[in-house]
Amino acid sequence: MLDWMAWTWPTAAFFLVIASLLVTMTVLAIRFPETPRQGVLGIETTRGDRLFITLLGSAFINLAWLGLTDLPQWWALGLCAIYAAAVFRWV
Amino acid sequence: MNKTVNQKAWFLVLPVLVLVAFSAIIPLMTVVNYSVQDSFGNNEFFWAGLEWFEEMLESERMWAALWRQLAFSAIILAIEIPLGIFVALNMPKSGFWASFCLVLMSLPLLIPWNVVGTIWQIFGRVDIGLLGYTLDAIGIDYNYTQNFYAAWATVIVMDVWHWTSLVALLAYAGLQSIPDAYYQAAKIDQASRWAVFRYIELPKMAGVLMIAILLRFMDSFMIYTEPFVVTGGGPGNSTTFLSIDLVKMALGQFDLGPAAAFSIMYFLVILLISWVFYTVMTNMDKRDGA
Repeated sequence: MLDWMAWTWPTAAFFLVIASLLVTMTVLAIRFPETPRQGVLGIETTRGDRLFITLLGSAFINLAWLGLTDLPQWWALGLCAIYAAAVFRWV
Repeated sequence: MNKTVNQKAWFLVLPVLVLVAFSAIIPLMTVVNYSVQDSFGNNEFFWAGLEWFEEMLESERMWAALWRQLAFSAIILAIEIPLGIFVALNMPKSGFWASFCLVLMSLPLLIPWNVVGTIWQIFGRVDIGLLGYTLDAIGIDYNYTQNFYAAWATVIVMDVWHWTSLVALLAYAGLQSIPDAYYQAAKIDQASRWAVFRYIELPKMAGVLMIAILLRFMDSFMIYTEPFVVTGGGPGNSTTFLSIDLVKMALGQFDLGPAAAFSIMYFLVILLISWVFYTVMTNMDKRDGA
């Protein structure tokens, strides 16, 4: 039935990770309600906002890594993890 | 006091969620799947990894289309926003002529994109079009099918003609919501016309203007039909904007993989810019509210 979508394992895993992140964030938001806080960007963010900034930024980090370097792509993922930690800590 | 907590209203959002899933999420997932594979049709796919992304990042054609697209959006925003504000400031505030102007302003917005394209395609023709014929008669060498500047001018003027009304109507709505007391206070202070605009009208319009900029940016960044009908992306590639190039690649050449990789980058750029606009907008609202 889903043949036309041309699924592959890597892309399926990619979407599963994003879906599980969203579910985790929703559960966290229900279990531990939070108030938005203001970080280095000067804008109020919730955990969900920070996740969005992390994912969008990670996409650009990966693209820049692919375009600018010849190093393995996995390293970019490491950089994204550092970026994610920074976003969740300071933004 | 104990408040009853009832989350059942969320079920009312369900139909929208289903619609969005079918119209946006599932197609987007498919595009992601295509972007890492190669296909020769017949629904057969071969794993290609990140090859297409690499190819697209190095593709001069893609970068050229992206810069062209950004230039187009910047130019039409730089014309439409000030012009729209100017028109709104000069529209009658009430009475018959106010309604008349409102109807007149909304007319271009009601015309479908391909019709707008056709109107300007004919309007600009040197042999039968009023604009092309007139320009030719007064000695200006105007031919949008062969001249780079003529093609760009036509596409930009067409967009300005089609969408300035939207900016004007939004700005007008912003102006109408300013209470008379502000103007009276300005009069008592003997404020100049410029001061009234700068310190009363502009701040009060800021919210709607941000919406206008966001709408016009996203729309112009995705423009396809109008330039396609008028110039077909030419002369050469000079008006081949991102979406025109994308359609050429995906449907004309049937390069599904590269086109999918290209689309994802296109999507990311739009997502980033829209997020920035949205964040600025909501923060402005909060600051005003505080």
